[in-house]
Amino acid sequence: MMISKAPIRVGLFVTCLVDLFRPSVGLAAVKLLEDAGCVVEAPLRQTCCGQPAYNSGDRRDAKAIARQVIDLFEGYDYVVVPSGSCGGMLHEHYPRLFADEPAMARRAEGLSARTFELVAFLTDKLGLERVDARFEGAVAYHDSCSCLRELKVRDQPRRLLSTVEGLTLAELANPEICCGFGGAFCVKYPEISTRMVDEKIEDIRASGARTLLAADLGCLMNIAGRLHREGDRIEVRHVAEVLAGMTDAPPIGGR
Amino acid sequence: MERTSHAFKESAVRALQDATLQMALGNMRVGFVGKRQKARERLPEFERLCDLARDIKDHTLKHLDFYLEAFEARVKAQDGEVHWCRTPAEARQVILEICQRVEARTVTKGKSMIAEEIALNEFLEANGIEPVETDLGEYIIQLAHEPPSHIIAPAIHKTREQVSDLFFEHHRQYGKTRRLDETRALVDEARQVLRPKYVAADVGITGANFLVAETGSVVIVTNEGNSDLTRTLPKVHIVTASIEKLVPNVEDVWTILRLLARSATGQELSTYTTFASGPRQEGELDGPGEFHVVLLDNGRSDVLGTEFQDILRCIRCAACINHCPVYRAVGGHAYGWVYSGPMGAVLTPMLIGIEEAGHLPNASTFCGRCEAVCPMRIPLPRMMRHWREREFEGGHSPPTFRRGIKLWAWLARHPRLYGPVMALAIGLMARLAGRRRRFRVLPLAGGWTGSRDFPAPEGQRFMAMWRARRAARGGP
Ligand code: SF4
Repeated sequence: MMISKAPIRVGLFVTCLVDLFRPSVGLAAVKLLEDAGCVVEAPLRQTCCGQPAYNSGDRRDAKAIARQVIDLFEGYDYVVVPSGSCGGMLHEHYPRLFADEPAMARRAEGLSARTFELVAFLTDKLGLERVDARFEGAVAYHDSCSCLRELKVRDQPRRLLSTVEGLTLAELANPEICCGFGGAFCVKYPEISTRMVDEKIEDIRASGARTLLAADLGCLMNIAGRLHREGDRIEVRHVAEVLAGMTDAPPIGGR
Repeated sequence: MERTSHAFKESAVRALQDATLQMALGNMRVGFVGKRQKARERLPEFERLCDLARDIKDHTLKHLDFYLEAFEARVKAQDGEVHWCRTPAEARQVILEICQRVEARTVTKGKSMIAEEIALNEFLEANGIEPVETDLGEYIIQLAHEPPSHIIAPAIHKTREQVSDLFFEHHRQYGKTRRLDETRALVDEARQVLRPKYVAADVGITGANFLVAETGSVVIVTNEGNSDLTRTLPKVHIVTASIEKLVPNVEDVWTILRLLARSATGQELSTYTTFASGPRQEGELDGPGEFHVVLLDNGRSDVLGTEFQDILRCIRCAACINHCPVYRAVGGHAYGWVYSGPMGAVLTPMLIGIEEAGHLPNASTFCGRCEAVCPMRIPLPRMMRHWREREFEGGHSPPTFRRGIKLWAWLARHPRLYGPVMALAIGLMARLAGRRRRFRVLPLAGGWTGSRDFPAPEGQRFMAMWRARRAARGGP
């Protein structure tokens, strides 16, 4: 629930994938946040959260990038991220990165406490219960591992999706299982990754959904890429696009 | 045991194409995961027990020297012996000397991962002593001359048909000439073949699930009871265990036992839980004449106090393995040494070196399911990342990969350059993809486009749109 009268100032950390590959998701996030009464700003000098370096063992670069993000997002009431994995990076891992630098660690903790995944922010912080959007057809929601296990976001997107007019929600049989993206993993171990995404796709097909949604562009590009290669017509979008009613752009990877 | 961890990638590809293996792995999918889930649901205090178990092990590891010495003193007081072994070679030698002193010709063996770690079977064979595995799974892979592929189900990679073939081939020498295909019948036949071997063996070697400092007991958990026959029938019982198996007292054992079987197989307790303390005492009806504990370090004490210490809490329940999507895809042999799955990805580099085992902590999406199910609350992904850090800092990761990451990180740290460079790249990509909006092939992206189309960028950066919007609204 909104308690204070002053509008909430949100810093949007748009993530490098959304910035470069799918700006539509960023626009959708802005609409959702503004409709909910927030003042949104997206610091222009943002690039990436540093996860590629962090998960490759390049701690030094990860720290340098984290410092930059902490500086950029210091002044906002909240930092909102349309991605579980980048959100998890800010929320979970930044404080850990600076465990040996008390002053930075405090700032990282501060950022961590103010950082939320987009959908969880809308429901848990702003108390949003329904959205004003329409989308026809059966939709499956894929839980990214970072949303599910790192940020404990599970019911929130389903709750909001169930208020989208015309939309029916189909559940996957194995929602806890990873889609095989894993950042560099999917190109370093493509055969294993492909096996994993194939199992995910089997689940998606069996659910009867015609559209697949998730909160993480990495998973979405992986799943969309494999669906297209297999000649499947299931469409893939970021959950924010549907919640914002902004589905004019073609789906990820086209039709 | 042969080490092929460096060839993980190739082995994984082979495993993915091995239809029989995939069938065997498919069978395991249904079993472990659902059973653990049910067992956990039936125990409301499960999560609280996990915290307790973690704290017990953390406390023990913090005072490991104290508990090890207390354990040794209790074992000695009960006429047993403790042998401190720094390396696998030392452990093998100690065991061989005991066997030779009692002129052992055959030894029976209960399941022991430490025996695998020190490659005991090959060593005994080379010294003219016949090891006989008595755990059914271990027995099967011994017949097949293969290493275990799973820490609690060593022959999980074998289908029933393959086991049937193995028994048909190897049991003929015992007059068993009928081919069997029922699981029950196969188990019975293995029992019949093994029974006389228990009696004939001179030495019995088992592993241990816990070493209890307060009582000097070793705790052995099995579902087949084979370890008890292995332990009590021969003249000598040798326990192979690593130093982190210590717990302070019997109550701690029970706390952790409530988690062990539930996490492993979904049982409340395994069928047999044995506390063995020293050799047979006067007036006792059974038990071995000699009792030895071979205590292996093998680099474990070196990780105390480091970012890898938490892995020493591991109780080998295999929950992380059973829930790992990478393990499920490729099975255990691809990992190339004794331990597999997430716990193997952390433990193996520690035991045989990151140079040999570098792939293991890299072959993970960090999906985190292992950590979520680990009853000892071991942060497995975090420790895999720490291995990647050691690799990166030590210059062991592939040079092109390193350069790629460095270049990208440099760009990410220079927003004024990052912006235009990226804008150019994505603009070009969007134009190339055109209305198709995806690529079937992309230079330098074969890892992706070998099996997936690559979704094209929409063409503009979000940050550029945002800047334009701000300008339109008269912002800075
Ligand atoms: S790491 Fe945890 S889940 Fe895996 S075997 Fe060890 S105790 Fe069990």
